[in-house]
Amino acid sequence: MKILIPGVAGGIARKVARRLADQGHEVIGIDARPWPSPPKTVEVHRVDVRKRAAEDIFRRRRPDVVIHMATVSALAAFGEERHRINLGSTQAVFEHSQQYGVKQVVFVGRHTFYGAAPDAPLYHTEGEPPRALEAYPELADLVAADLFAATALWRFPKMRTAILRVCYTLGAPGSGTLVSFLRGKRVPTVLGYDPLFHFMHEDDVVQAILLTVEKRLNGVFNVAGPQPVPLSDIIRHTGRTPVPLPEIVLRQLLGRFGFPRLPPGALTHLKYPIVIDASAFQRETGFTWEHDEIQTLEIFRDAAPVR
Amino acid sequence: MARDDSVKELVDRLEIPFNAWGVDPFGVSKRHLVIGFRILAALYRHYFRVQCYGIEHVPRRGRVMLVGNHSGGIALDGAMILASTLLEMDPPRLAQGMVEKFMARLPISAPWSAKIGQVVGLPEHAQRLLEADRMLMVFPEGARGTAKLYKERYSLVDFGTGFMRLALQTRTPIVPVAAVGTSDAIPTVFNLEGPIAHLLQVPYLPVTPWGLPLPLPAKITLHYGEPMYFEGNGREEDDVVHRYVDEVKKRIAALIDEGRALRGGRR
Repeated sequence: MKILIPGVAGGIARKVARRLADQGHEVIGIDARPWPSPPKTVEVHRVDVRKRAAEDIFRRRRPDVVIHMATVSALAAFGEERHRINLGSTQAVFEHSQQYGVKQVVFVGRHTFYGAAPDAPLYHTEGEPPRALEAYPELADLVAADLFAATALWRFPKMRTAILRVCYTLGAPGSGTLVSFLRGKRVPTVLGYDPLFHFMHEDDVVQAILLTVEKRLNGVFNVAGPQPVPLSDIIRHTGRTPVPLPEIVLRQLLGRFGFPRLPPGALTHLKYPIVIDASAFQRETGFTWEHDEIQTLEIFRDAAPVR
Repeated sequence: MARDDSVKELVDRLEIPFNAWGVDPFGVSKRHLVIGFRILAALYRHYFRVQCYGIEHVPRRGRVMLVGNHSGGIALDGAMILASTLLEMDPPRLAQGMVEKFMARLPISAPWSAKIGQVVGLPEHAQRLLEADRMLMVFPEGARGTAKLYKERYSLVDFGTGFMRLALQTRTPIVPVAAVGTSDAIPTVFNLEGPIAHLLQVPYLPVTPWGLPLPLPAKITLHYGEPMYFEGNGREEDDVVHRYVDEVKKRIAALIDEGRALRGGRR
């Protein structure tokens, strides 16, 4: 099959591209960010998916499947720019896919869609609305991109659309929100709170995305592997030191003195859990994970030791 | 307080799928259970000198719903029922209560309630726990139950019906349980609402003759009844469900009466 990956320069996207190419698929990647030395089997175009040149690639190459990984989280871009990237790219991907006869689009989204709130169910299912957006307005664009992507299910019924809401990921060391959060020796937490964090190994996410393509999945699916773990255990078992600070203090320190630059709303994610029920995905695809929660943390710890 | 190693053994014998670090998929933590139950066991054995009747009615395995009465300002009854199923059952079982939302919002209380298996009272949680064959602890009177004054201690306020629909839907047996004496420990004379309760982010603050809701070492007894089985699917008409709920309520009222009789005289 011919598979196009917008956002191919991201950590997990690169792995997906390699694996698909190894399986014998023709893989084309698009990204505004560089991927300095991609494997010869992956054709990479350094272009913004929202630009004319990206549409040309859709038209010329006519991919069968598009795996949309060109969204960014609050850690990677700020404010208006992130809104434009996330919504603009999602709109462009679906418009071009519809126009140029793509058979399946996979939108790789995030489990933070559901939001963190004290009165939310612990295991979120796909039928739930996003919550607690007022506490964390910076998530609005990702939530909107997810919901917008899902409109393809009724707007373009001939095309298959899979919306994946993937939990946090760690690798060796991997990339993404949780990896950035655990970067330092000392990891800030909110005093008096210790939420469950749901994460899985990057390679298992890659496998889940491959299965989504292989099984031609259609619909909205949570993607997770092993059980969640309290944040304090994650910090301790990766050799870091938790630094519990009162919320008021932590709010002032964000982005200063080496503390992660997080929007204040992100603190709700350090207070309340976001845990997902991924049984529907497992049922539909037969997905099983290779790395349990303990191995995943050990792999991350060994790859990203603290100095 | 002497360290109670028997509590650790009991926690180790819980038939719950903990991972290698002693954390289950709901975030229940063995380490926290041991700390929490050491305190509860001391209160249960030495402070309230709890006597527990009919624990053999609680199934040893599989989904079950303990349905009880509330009284005495704070949920002491819940705490003692929690202690009783760990300390008195063989194998020990963990009762998982449905806590008020404010407890999941406040610092310290939020992680601790979760780590000792007490989850926010949402139907989704109850259903998920029952489907995982856990033991649920339900007080259908809710916060209106703990808000009962001393003079109302043996009455039962309206029962919610959610628990019954869930029991029908998940085919879960109901074990009625009565706690007697919790109001002697915390005799509420009135409930403080308004700005102070609001400031503490609690629905109300029970006030005792000595002010704070600190419990006296009153004797508490627990009375478990035989399991009750109801047939259905949870989509029955309201009047059917209300009838079933009334059966449970009557059974609990009878257990309270038995308890009072056992304690002798007017109590």
